[in-house]
Amino acid sequence: MRTVFAIVLLAVVGLGIGLALLDVPFGAPKTGIGDYYIEHGREETGAANTVTAVVVGYRAFDTLGEVTVLFVAALGLGAVLAATGGGSEKREVEPASLVLLTGSRFLFPLIMLFGAYVFLHGHLTPGGGFQGGAVVASAFLLLYLGSRGRRVSRTWSTATEALGGLVFVVLGLVGLAVGGGYFLSNFMPTGALNTLLSAGVIPVIYAAIGFKVGSELAGVIHDLVEET
Amino acid sequence: MSFLHDYAYYIGAFGLIFIGLLVVLAKHNLIKVIIGLSILDTGINLFLISVGYLRNGTAPIFSRPGLDASGMVDPVPQALVLTAIVIGVAVLALALGIAVRLYREFGTLDLRKIKELRW
Repeated sequence: MRTVFAIVLLAVVGLGIGLALLDVPFGAPKTGIGDYYIEHGREETGAANTVTAVVVGYRAFDTLGEVTVLFVAALGLGAVLAATGGGSEKREVEPASLVLLTGSRFLFPLIMLFGAYVFLHGHLTPGGGFQGGAVVASAFLLLYLGSRGRRVSRTWSTATEALGGLVFVVLGLVGLAVGGGYFLSNFMPTGALNTLLSAGVIPVIYAAIGFKVGSELAGVIHDLVEET
Repeated sequence: MSFLHDYAYYIGAFGLIFIGLLVVLAKHNLIKVIIGLSILDTGINLFLISVGYLRNGTAPIFSRPGLDASGMVDPVPQALVLTAIVIGVAVLALALGIAVRLYREFGTLDLRKIKELRW
């Protein structure tokens, strides 16, 4: 009954979407705001990566909202799991094998370095704060798998997370006061294209987002490992 | 054939979206419902990316001087999906956390047996 109802509902929705999309050609150029960003993104933000120019330049306020959604989701997970307190009793943990232990110890700093590289070069190469943060969090996942007894200090990860968010908001407010009169306007010199110290405020913001996302996702991993 | 060729990514993306919706609507196990949510999320991301796709286009990155700006794909859907993927991971973790909590409360993940979640 339920399956039949679901299939009928999906058929109706699919028909509507299909009819609407028949007029949208796939792979054809769609003129719009994207062309403006590609044409003017380099001069206006100084970032060689136009995607980064959109995320932390033109739509930075929107990104602040998305960072907030991420924060609320991570906070909600901690609240939902901690409220029961079921994970407080000590469990016997089987130690990891020698291969996993040695491998995780060897790879942990390399993965951290790669994550930092990805979020510091967000304005030059594919990557940025969100991707770099996810890479950093995967290093912590490997740590949790390899060294079963070792735990990330929740105080420090919360402090890093708060600092990252604070840097984002404070730089945005400084840009509002000093720069062009809108949130997170680029008040620092944009420098030469394709160098590490270019694009003004964008690498700083992306580093802050990288720290924030990394510590948030590490906190999610911590909650799922500890509290369940 | 040309229809398939022209709309391959849309068909794939909406295939994923409909599979995800069907799983969410029809399955009784909460873990399977969450897997459906994840598939739905992936399908929506794929759809947004394929809207910005340009045939024979390049990535919108000026990694070396003298790169032609006219053949670049639309950066806006990429910027949206980039954050949506990370948020999807966090929302998935939240959903799994709620599933853990429900299992502790009711001792089952079958949605037919949890009275408050029946529909």
